[in-house]
Amino acid sequence: MTGFIEWGALGKIVVVGLIVGAGLPALFAVGVRSLAGPGSMNDVGQRPRLRIALALACFGVVLGAIVTAIVIIGRGGH
Amino acid sequence: MGNVTDPVLLVIVVVTALAFDFTNGFHDTGNAMATSIATRALKPRQAVLLSAALNMVGAFLSLTVAATIAKGIVDSGVITLDVVLGGLVGGIVWNLVTWVLAIPSSSSHALVGGMVGAVLAASGTDGVLWHGLVAKVLIPALLAPVVAIIVSSVGTRLVFRSTKDVPQPENDRMFRWGQIGSASLVSLAHGTNDAQKSMGIILLALIAGGAVGQDSSVPVWVIISCALAMALGTYTGGWRVIRTLGKGLVELETRQGIAADASTATVILLSSHFGYSLSTTHVATGSVLGSGVGKKGAHVRWSVAGRMFTAWLVTVPAAGSVGAACYGLDRLAGPYVVFAFLLVAAGALYGWSRLRPVNHSNVNDAWEGPSDVASRIGESIVDHDPTLLSQAPEDHPEPMAQR
Repeated sequence: MTGFIEWGALGKIVVVGLIVGAGLPALFAVGVRSLAGPGSMNDVGQRPRLRIALALACFGVVLGAIVTAIVIIGRGGH
Repeated sequence: MGNVTDPVLLVIVVVTALAFDFTNGFHDTGNAMATSIATRALKPRQAVLLSAALNMVGAFLSLTVAATIAKGIVDSGVITLDVVLGGLVGGIVWNLVTWVLAIPSSSSHALVGGMVGAVLAASGTDGVLWHGLVAKVLIPALLAPVVAIIVSSVGTRLVFRSTKDVPQPENDRMFRWGQIGSASLVSLAHGTNDAQKSMGIILLALIAGGAVGQDSSVPVWVIISCALAMALGTYTGGWRVIRTLGKGLVELETRQGIAADASTATVILLSSHFGYSLSTTHVATGSVLGSGVGKKGAHVRWSVAGRMFTAWLVTVPAAGSVGAACYGLDRLAGPYVVFAFLLVAAGALYGWSRLRPVNHSNVNDAWEGPSDVASRIGESIVDHDPTLLSQAPEDHPEPMAQR
């Protein structure tokens, strides 16, 4: 009861927050870049398969995180 | 409803709790939707409709309602219906005052402040758990924006690094969806979290008033009316607060919007998960500021932010004064008079707000007000660019136009 700041919880929020809260938008950005960044269209105006797969993987992870968040909210875990 | 001790008081407390729920909804619409409205990812009315619907869904999503109010901050033994009424009116009045002043401020802190004031008036300083008040309310109000600024600025920096050579229309088109998704999560979490708080207050009042048993679960009509009151409040849209959050602090584009919203959603869910409650409003404000800090050359209006921080520190004493006064009024003249005071105060504040109305049509207008010294110093530090300090306010470069 002496401490006024719960450093443990605060530290976890910052670290996990950076991984998830900054990481997910960054991953989304990688997805956007692979679909629309430089070199995303080849000579015949099509996107290389590899880039589409990378984008789908990025967006998939983001979507998965959103679904997980909804489950956490629903379980009252907050 | 067997042996209700004071039915009139109980009805007034329940109605006031629903009124608080309503102000909670419209005060906090901006936390979820201000960025999406500012970046035009959603049209203003679409945004408040989506947010209202998700708040409603959120209210039904999880029903672990606890019959508590200001737990760990005031001594639960001294809470009577009269104290709850005083606390609620204090919270509502402060919510309305900050709304008129267009300051995003925490609804839950306003309620806590009102309760603390009412408890002080009812049973003196012994009724308040001061350590809890400092550790659970005052210090988190300072820490929450800092955490959010860190997360959001790193997110923004990373996003801009990967997408700086992507054509802007493509960026706007794709990030729009990410932004709508993350803003929706914030609305959903708000509905679950805050509607449950109101349900808890009403359940507490029903138990205290003798209308339901000690270990009763929350009645269905309470769940439905709380969900409706909050959704209605959200749909009404606290446009003034939305405008300050979305336009007043930083000129936002879609890529900053997704970083800010993802940061808000993540920090709120984590803070509840790790049991260190941070206010949604403080986190959302910090996230918007962070999205300005993380973008090079963005223009953050630190003076506007400073006004908010001041308001957050004043919240507890201000709402507490009203709460204490209302408790006194209740004991002297009865709950009718307190309720009448609430109606008059709400009417007066509404009238004040009509002097400079903000609504869905002008919520996105350019933010007037010159660049100021505090903002230029802050920006020069953030961008590591001392030359910004020597520029006169007039020739401060405007942030890059988005469209």
